[in-house]
Amino acid sequence: MALLSVRNLYTSFATDRGVVRAVNGVSFDLEAGEVLGLVGESGSGKSVTALSIMRLVPEPPGRVTADSIAFDGVDLLRLSEAQVREMRGARMAMIFQDPMRSLNPVLTIGRQLTEVLRRHEGLSAAAARKRSIELLEMVGIPMAERRLAAYPHQFSGGMRQRVMIAIALACNPRLLIADEATTALDVTIQAQIIDLVKRLTRERGTSVIWISHDLGVVAGLCDRVNVMYAGTVVESGPIRELFHRPSHGYTLGLMDSTPRVDEQAGHRLRPIEGLPPNLIDPIPLCPFLPRCRVSVPACRERPPERRTFSERHWASCLADLAS
Amino acid sequence: MTRLLEVENLQVRYGPVRAVDGVSFGVERGRTLGLVGESGCGKSTTGYAILQLVQPTAGRVLYDGTDLCRLDKPALRRMRRKLQIIFQDSHASLNPRMPIGDLIGEALDIHGLSRGAARARRIRELLDLVGLAGHLIERYPHELSGGQAQRVAICRALAVEPELIVCDEPVSALDVSIQAQIVNLLQDLQQRLGLAYIFISHDLSVVRHMSDQIAVMYLGKIIELAGKAEIYAAPAHPYTKSLMSAVPVPDPDIEAQRQRIILKGDLPDPAHPPSGCRFRTRCPIAIADCAATDPAEYALAAGHWAKCIRLAEGMPEWKSPPTTSTSF
Repeated sequence: MALLSVRNLYTSFATDRGVVRAVNGVSFDLEAGEVLGLVGESGSGKSVTALSIMRLVPEPPGRVTADSIAFDGVDLLRLSEAQVREMRGARMAMIFQDPMRSLNPVLTIGRQLTEVLRRHEGLSAAAARKRSIELLEMVGIPMAERRLAAYPHQFSGGMRQRVMIAIALACNPRLLIADEATTALDVTIQAQIIDLVKRLTRERGTSVIWISHDLGVVAGLCDRVNVMYAGTVVESGPIRELFHRPSHGYTLGLMDSTPRVDEQAGHRLRPIEGLPPNLIDPIPLCPFLPRCRVSVPACRERPPERRTFSERHWASCLADLAS
Repeated sequence: MTRLLEVENLQVRYGPVRAVDGVSFGVERGRTLGLVGESGCGKSTTGYAILQLVQPTAGRVLYDGTDLCRLDKPALRRMRRKLQIIFQDSHASLNPRMPIGDLIGEALDIHGLSRGAARARRIRELLDLVGLAGHLIERYPHELSGGQAQRVAICRALAVEPELIVCDEPVSALDVSIQAQIVNLLQDLQQRLGLAYIFISHDLSVVRHMSDQIAVMYLGKIIELAGKAEIYAAPAHPYTKSLMSAVPVPDPDIEAQRQRIILKGDLPDPAHPPSGCRFRTRCPIAIADCAATDPAEYALAAGHWAKCIRLAEGMPEWKSPPTTSTSF
């Protein structure tokens, strides 16, 4: 059985200009120990999907509905706020692009780590301290014991992100959601963090949802990918199948837009023209149609249906990209 | 052929911090030099110092033979027509109270370029050049998407017919599809107008795509300079090697095969850089001598050098060091 199973998730936000449909019927499963990538551009619904699962969408103005969001057999949507809070931190955790937003600037790192451990694991002060040191060492922070007394501003960006990961891992969660967790970091530091996440899934069987706009990072880290556009998953597949046989016009567009450090000289990028749709007006046909360069006449007549290419690879696209 | 720009031993100090510490390179007419490195390496400060937006504390910036560091204000202002800059956050660089037409017109006015009917015509021509629709003239910056705002910033830079543009992370804040639009636009403009670029970015894939030559910076110094093909195929400096190995490639098969050189630790405090080679504290092949000697340029091929004393003895073979000793 999947660790996480999301069925028909819809999340919207009431704004002055109308209801913004940020997530429009997203369904997927995540297995134990699996790393699932969520890729797409700003406004595609990646982050809102994650926040909805974590029950972190403020309601109102937000509104989250789904047939179910089953985590380890429990429907998260049916839990009380108090029950969800017990679940967050202990069994599922999330890290964000900007760790300063999640760390309390006036508390030491040690205090923030031990707080989690004492609250969720019921450890004594001494035991929590010992475990905190272990956690900081595990994420590669040198002189961990001394750093417990330091405040967030005394750490570099990469070190702060590691502290966030240490806090997220404190209670050994079964699900870790990382939202653009390495986007603000330099590449050599990013490589360190990705290495850490890989070891985590290998050695502890943690399941990870990795949200990123960077196809390179996803290619190196994820087992499977959901490509999102305008609040829907437009293509989903195991990593190799998706990269070798992109089957949605948007996936193809993303790949053609991405420069590669190993590309041939004189290679020309092929951008996706135009802009993503606003998510207030209803979108009856394929949301990518106005920007798509592989559309077929049928795209203008009916909404796309799901085409399946293998057990786990499908795309909502009427164009046949294999031919 | 003499180069359009020659930067010689450029230095910028902020108190004890040598943000740029003796940087030298040249840029040819119509070509692109990429400046890469991680946060705090001094790449943006180098760009600003070339344009005299920050005051260099030493060195020369020869533009067509004229040292920009020695010009008085009016002369520098006239010279600025030739050298322009675009920034990462163009929304922040555009006055929010001015409509797009005025923002572009202002650039023309400052240098007294066109007036009256010619001015209006020129503004339309410029908008067209960067692929913006004419009706945007009356819009305000907040009504623009990130990509459109970047096009307006490019438009403003082009208005004065520059020969060189410093591009400081111009596509880093944009989504990948929009990033590709701007990258292609910059390449097209270079072809049509013969522009030279200094392209500054932390994204090695974009820099490689845009540049003819690439300079890699670390803690205020250029540690390697090479043609774009060489820097990827044959990086020589241990820092460049680790940087290249860390750049993700959007291909799962290649990623599965790759040997990453994962560096230990973080950038040292720039106010107290290590003695000798500044990279030695994170370098997998550092030896005792590296602390004593500030490495000189070691030539590897025409137009390719790196600063590492171990190159002279023939670079030893080395593999990725163990990343961290602890386990879960």
